[in-house]
Amino acid sequence: MLEVKDLHVTVEGKHILKGLNLTVAAGQVHAIMGPNGAGKSTLSAVIAGKEGYEVTQGSITFDGQDVLEMEIEERARAGLLLGFQYPVEIPGVKNIYLLKAALNAKREAEGLGEIPAPEFMKLIKEKIAFMKMDASFLQRAVNEGFSGGEKKRNEILQMLVLQPKLALLDEIDSGLDIDAMKVVADGVNSLRAADRAILMVTHYQRLLDHITPDVVHVLVDGRIVKSGDAELAKELEARGYDWVLEESAA
Amino acid sequence: MASEEMEQLVRRDYKQGFVTDIESDTVPPGLDEGTIAFISQKKGEPQWMLEWRLKAYHQWLKMTPPSWAHLDYPPIDYQAISYYSAPKKPEDRPQSLDEVDPKLLETYEKLGIPLHERAALAGVAVDAVFDSVSVTTTFKEKLAEAGVIFCSISEAIREHPELVKQYLGTVVPTSDNYFAALNSAVFTDGSFVFVPEGVTCPMELSTYFRINAANTGQFERTLIICESRAQVSYLEGCTAPQRDENQLHAAVVELVALEDAYIKYSTVQNWYPGDEDGKGGIYNFVTKRGDCRGDRSRISWTQVETGSAITWKYPSCVLRGKDSIGEFYSVAVTNGRQQADTGTKMIHLGEGSRSSIISKGISAGHSNQAYRGLVKIGPRAKGARNFTQCDSLLIGDQCGAHTFPYQEIGNATATVEHEATTSKIGEDQLFYCQSRGISEEDAVSMIVNGFCKDVFQELPMEFAVEAEALLNVTLEGAVG
Repeated sequence: MLEVKDLHVTVEGKHILKGLNLTVAAGQVHAIMGPNGAGKSTLSAVIAGKEGYEVTQGSITFDGQDVLEMEIEERARAGLLLGFQYPVEIPGVKNIYLLKAALNAKREAEGLGEIPAPEFMKLIKEKIAFMKMDASFLQRAVNEGFSGGEKKRNEILQMLVLQPKLALLDEIDSGLDIDAMKVVADGVNSLRAADRAILMVTHYQRLLDHITPDVVHVLVDGRIVKSGDAELAKELEARGYDWVLEESAA
Repeated sequence: MASEEMEQLVRRDYKQGFVTDIESDTVPPGLDEGTIAFISQKKGEPQWMLEWRLKAYHQWLKMTPPSWAHLDYPPIDYQAISYYSAPKKPEDRPQSLDEVDPKLLETYEKLGIPLHERAALAGVAVDAVFDSVSVTTTFKEKLAEAGVIFCSISEAIREHPELVKQYLGTVVPTSDNYFAALNSAVFTDGSFVFVPEGVTCPMELSTYFRINAANTGQFERTLIICESRAQVSYLEGCTAPQRDENQLHAAVVELVALEDAYIKYSTVQNWYPGDEDGKGGIYNFVTKRGDCRGDRSRISWTQVETGSAITWKYPSCVLRGKDSIGEFYSVAVTNGRQQADTGTKMIHLGEGSRSSIISKGISAGHSNQAYRGLVKIGPRAKGARNFTQCDSLLIGDQCGAHTFPYQEIGNATATVEHEATTSKIGEDQLFYCQSRGISEEDAVSMIVNGFCKDVFQELPMEFAVEAEALLNVTLEGAVG
């Protein structure tokens, strides 16, 4: 589904990703772990299309399409959705309005008409109940005055509504207490499906206690240096990253 | 987003630019006593009105144009302007829409405001000012039943001289400022509203002003009076055709609210802003003032200003009555080479008077915008309160936003609060929306509309929708 080949990225002249390779198949959950500054967030930003990241070499394909040739919104409409580590506040714009606009943009790209209002309300009610969010969330401005946990729930809520083919989750566990973590993890787990892939970027193993990945990758200094199953994450938690570095250098 | 894309995003063509070909009955350019006598005669005015105009003219001759505003424009040649223009045969004005020139109706169609539909669907009475003479008035009968007078100012001068004499110039004196004096001398039309004691006007009143004849200044004069416990909501919406020469516009609006009366005055302004170099846009020098004359009276100004090359406009409230309330809600959008110096004055004279100011300025392109506001608390205005919030949003890095708040507090019991913010439209906000599949253009409009929410919610419902659409058109432009 997602294929990253020999990806080199510079940010403000600094070489961050240095030949990253990654293949994610439908139905799988992948976790990318690594020390701070290894390039984890850069990878998700580049896949989503954020400005300021220069791809100097390599390719990203998604369902056979050249992602780097697509506009940001085209990527989202094609089913590639990024959950933010720090979702931005948009004063005056109601959550429900953003959700509806996003859903309709996707439907339009799929050749469907706008979603009828009753159908939309039914869908939203079901999803906010699942995320244990109060209906008043919908009427509040996007992320404005939300706590860290509320923002993350809101990111997952958008995923549940938009049903991406590939969910990219950037440090979705940061700033969550244990209850919120559970709700967020339940949300992510509910997204697991044979025709969908999930790619999580995380610093900590604890998220993986709740969402068991099929594949764990270790990203160090702009490259994936080791891949394994869920056990690898536990080993990293216990032993840190140094041994991986030594192993890859050897 | 790269800055050139940002630039493209805010560049757009003026969508309402077109000219309707109706023969005008226009006086040659120039201004002297003869011109004023001509206008007065054309309007069939009584002698006292002519004298009032001439007095204003002589005051104007001794005045100089104001230079304190943060605006830059060449001196205006007042002798190069034609001061009267009317569709031919004004005495044969149509009595219904069927009699209206189809070209005029077409004009409304292009504006997206099909008059007949609007009037019928929204229950709005429309006193359409086309150039200087009202060509059609609807729903007059229903209003008459309620005792509400809604007509052109010219008609009011002829039919209700006692009311006009009593109130005209009492809120904005002829000598108030340079443009008000000029307007008093040469005003050609505008609206008159009188809501008698205890009456709530049964419908929103709305006037669409248009400037149509080339090189003709438009000088409206509007007077709205609400007697005790009376209420009215009035909307003024403007668009103008594309032009090469600058068009001067100097309107005066006077509002009078007696005891417990409430006047809500909303404006959606979309005049031609000029081309990319700022050439040909409307010069808009407006004096708008409301007088909360009675105790517990309330006047609320809501404005959405998107057009004009130059905007000089400070809708104000004189809070004379005890516990009277003044409100000012404003969204001003400037783009291209537009310049706007706008804001409000809240003059607290009455005990316990309160005022709120919420101003949202959006600057894009090479435009420049200033908020200028005065909050003055008089010595007898015990316990007066003001809250001011003034936010600026910048799009791109070629525009400017400035804030000039003035406070004159003559009373220690007063509470005056001022909050101001300036922010750049966030690339992070844009990226967030786009990464949800929303196009860049829709994202900008969503963010800007969100920024303006506090003001839009003050507009009457159907106009709020219109205002959002207008904002989208204003900031629309070739993405990609």
